Amino acid sequence: MKPTRRPRVAVWKFASCDGCQLTVLDCEDELLALAEAIEIAYFPEATRASSPGPYDVSLVEGSITTRNDAKRILKVRKQSRIVVAIGACATAGGIQALRNHADVADYTRAVYAHPEWIETLDKSTPIRNHVYVDYELRGCPIAKGQLLELVTALLAGRRPNLPVYSVCEECKRKGNPCVMVARGVPCMGPVTQAGCGALCPSFARGCYACFGPCEGANVHALDAALAKLGVGEEDRLRAFRGFNGYAEPFREAAEALNR
Amino acid sequence: MVISDSRPERSAVLDARDLGSLLEALQLRGYGPVGPTIVGDAVVLRPIAGVDELPSGVGDAQEPGSYRLAPRDDGRFFGHNLGPSSAKRFLFPPVRSLWTAIRIGPQVRIEANDDPPPKIALIGLRACDLAAIAIQDRVFGREPYVDPHYQAARENALLIAVNCSQAAATCFCASMGTGPRVGGGFDLCLTELLDAGGHRFLVEAGSEKGDQVLADLPTTVATERDRRAARAESDRAQAQIQRRLDTDGLKDVLYRNAEHPYWNTVGERCLACGNCTLVCPTCFCATVEDASDLTGDRTERTRIWDSCFNLEFSYIHGGSVRTSTAARYRQWITHKLGAWIEQFGTSGCVGCGRCIAWCPVGIDITEEAGRLRSEDRAPQPVGR
Ligand code: SF4
Ligand code: SF4
Ligand code: SF4
Ligand code: SF4
Repeated sequence: MKPTRRPRVAVWKFASCDGCQLTVLDCEDELLALAEAIEIAYFPEATRASSPGPYDVSLVEGSITTRNDAKRILKVRKQSRIVVAIGACATAGGIQALRNHADVADYTRAVYAHPEWIETLDKSTPIRNHVYVDYELRGCPIAKGQLLELVTALLAGRRPNLPVYSVCEECKRKGNPCVMVARGVPCMGPVTQAGCGALCPSFARGCYACFGPCEGANVHALDAALAKLGVGEEDRLRAFRGFNGYAEPFREAAEALNR
Repeated sequence: MVISDSRPERSAVLDARDLGSLLEALQLRGYGPVGPTIVGDAVVLRPIAGVDELPSGVGDAQEPGSYRLAPRDDGRFFGHNLGPSSAKRFLFPPVRSLWTAIRIGPQVRIEANDDPPPKIALIGLRACDLAAIAIQDRVFGREPYVDPHYQAARENALLIAVNCSQAAATCFCASMGTGPRVGGGFDLCLTELLDAGGHRFLVEAGSEKGDQVLADLPTTVATERDRRAARAESDRAQAQIQRRLDTDGLKDVLYRNAEHPYWNTVGERCLACGNCTLVCPTCFCATVEDASDLTGDRTERTRIWDSCFNLEFSYIHGGSVRTSTAARYRQWITHKLGAWIEQFGTSGCVGCGRCIAWCPVGIDITEEAGRLRSEDRAPQPVGR
């Protein structure tokens, strides 16, 4: 049965680059159908019009990096039936979580003329560390196909198809010759969650893990394989400490390399 | 089970310069040629338009976790070994739409996707590939669980085998009794000959359809010398096979060591990435996904390749049965080399070596099975 009322969707931004929100706007071919199926009730990046909550679905981009944001996300949760964290920032803390491995005061001193004006938390953390999150979409940025899959699944009241297995499976289904095996190019695909359609290996380059760790990611086995390919310790550290560097077990792998 | 019609073997010799006539004869009969061709950095099976797309003068070097193309100076068309793709991709495609449900007002109409698969000629299948197809024939063709999609694809495919002239370091067909010489199950079988007699192919027909194609080709009579040369090619490949798998009582070794701590050590090395199962020409596991559209008026069910290395694969009510990588590797190898025999009357492994070469960390099924055998001992607990 068709819903009698279009679900009201809000799109929120926390510490992030807006790339994931742009993916929402990037659904060009589907945008009209999307606008018919849902009501975009709050989306400052796309429209000035905003109507107050409650919302059926909140898409949350960005990580929590300030005390104010830590309070704001609680309000978002209160007004939303379903909360979806979108992108590496919202699901893992993002690239700004690099500070989590260092002293944030060092950074503010190095970057800002008046570090005393900067009020920030010492860690950049994913949304799920603060509120209950119903679904997570990985990626830096998220994949358009996964976003549409999630929205259509929510509309139909079915479980979304969001695989937790490795990028390798999408890579093999596509028929890409493995860059790691056939060229010795380092690839993070075996420890990275699928969802992008094996984008990077389809263009003959290694995956750099923008979708974060897959279920059961065996980071130590991959690290050993990368070392065997001649990838130095520093580069392996960088490979694990990327957009999802604060997500386990990437964090642990990087830590072991940084010792 | 589909078996090519058996007929007394007919053979003839085709000059290598006339190989194009084979593709033309196939196309004329409505078969789209699918053959080995270079994509990226590997030889894979893809639709090809002409012989110029075959990997002429290209060989390869394979090791656990490594595959490299290597030029060869003899201009052989089939001087390469197996690449990552196999006939499975075409007979049991990685993604296939099964049916669509369309809602029109209060009605729901279900439209099965029984579009016949295209007629194709699979060129360059090796002895182990044919053995793998025979295994999948059993898996998908056994009453009462006949898979109509596989069946249709199989009926529309012509199998053109090539006898191996060389073996890769990852090959172990000899241990599995599947090669290197092609035994049967083909429509046409080519042996590439390159000696004082020139660059030519001994072409054998193994079915009525193969016979008809052979009759279209500008061949000459095959002599005893050609046949001897063909045997020499297979002998060379046979002599190059270094890898072994001792299959003697292997099922029982696997069964009685289900709790061996060895599984935990392989679980530490294995990425659970699933590559081995996806490149394996006999692995047949798939899952289905339903996807609706934004209007909710159209829903499609798709079958996609799955792997026993996925957590969700063993999900039953209450959770997944195999949570550790050790348990998943054990499942794979124990099914493949053991339980398969009880299930289908044959090992699930044909010794092609794809899982060895295409494992990103080079885990080698022959070595792992061998190590377990050498440590065959009393039961110990294993991570679940
Ligand atoms: S290229 Fe990367 S993602 Fe693809 S199979 Fe190889 S390791 Fe996996
Ligand atoms: S292949 Fe890896 S880095 Fe590239 S888009 Fe996919 S997850 Fe991101
Ligand atoms: S298990 Fe490995 S060697 Fe055996 S048929 Fe499968 S891919 Fe080939
Ligand atoms: S054996 Fe190799 S290819 Fe197979 S799942 Fe483990 S790491 Fe991946």
